[in-house]
Amino acid sequence: MSTRREAFAAGVAAVVPMLPGIAPFGLVAGLTAIATGLSSVQALALSGLVFAGASQLALLQLLADGAVPAVILLTVLTVNLRFAMYSASLAPHFQHLGRRWRWPLAYLMVDQNYALTIQRYHHGDPAFAAHGHWFYLGGGAALWLTWQAATAVGVFMGASVPRAWSLDFAIPLVFMVLLVPALRDRAHVVAALTGGLVATVAADLPLHLGIVAGAFSGIAAGMLAERRRPRA
Amino acid sequence: MSQATLWLTLLGAGLGTWLLRLSFIETWRWFAVPAWLERALRYVPAAVMAALVAPALLRNGGALDLSLDNLRLLAGLLAAAVAWFSRNVLLTLAAGMGALWLLQALA
Repeated sequence: MSTRREAFAAGVAAVVPMLPGIAPFGLVAGLTAIATGLSSVQALALSGLVFAGASQLALLQLLADGAVPAVILLTVLTVNLRFAMYSASLAPHFQHLGRRWRWPLAYLMVDQNYALTIQRYHHGDPAFAAHGHWFYLGGGAALWLTWQAATAVGVFMGASVPRAWSLDFAIPLVFMVLLVPALRDRAHVVAALTGGLVATVAADLPLHLGIVAGAFSGIAAGMLAERRRPRA
Repeated sequence: MSQATLWLTLLGAGLGTWLLRLSFIETWRWFAVPAWLERALRYVPAAVMAALVAPALLRNGGALDLSLDNLRLLAGLLAAAVAWFSRNVLLTLAAGMGALWLLQALA
């Protein structure tokens, strides 16, 4: 990985196996946007502006439920809090770059791209340290194109998919696949159980703050479970 | 919600998400990430994803429903098993949607 071009190509190649998993998720995001009543332009703008599937689907769900904009924004930001964690962990590797790099690279940050890139930075290969941002750019570009294309197909199909197909059920199914790798140890399982339980019970609270309440109780429960664990 | 408000919500969601992504990349040279925040952020994916999944399965028609009449719970449990072992979006979608359609046809 001695040149920029090689690093970019390696980034693209690294995400290719993940694209078949992204495409149906994007399709569902596009379909759901249309089913929620967004125009085609708004549905495409949502994917273009936010570029983060889980939060896009949460936004659509709240929109359908009639939540107020402030709660929708709060929920989107809560769902996307993990990006702050990714940002902190990538930060030292991006410090030699100017704004013209940092700002677009931030926009391209998604789970897959982050995970692949940080793993290679941690290997400590000096050649990768020099061109890692090209690797990240390659992966990010491939994921971005796939996401936008899949959303567009979903938007295009949207109007022709009957409600009886219950396609909204695809949303929790996608989240399940994202949940599994997050259950790394007992503390993370405690965080998930608490988050799920509180969100379910709090769904009856006014303002549709159930997801936010679930998320923050889950985080707190995870930290408590971790603290109680005897240190080896 | 008016069209203008909807557009502002979409723009706000995009801008806010980008600012979260940029946050520490941009501020890293001025201050370190507090250790407690780093610990807290580690639990975000597990807590958030569970908060999104659980109500969609456990609630039916606006109330908690743990009965066998809750077809989404039954289909969801099957899909959860598939997600657990395969970690594959396509397989999980196929199992969950397939099970739901089958149960709806039988019900």
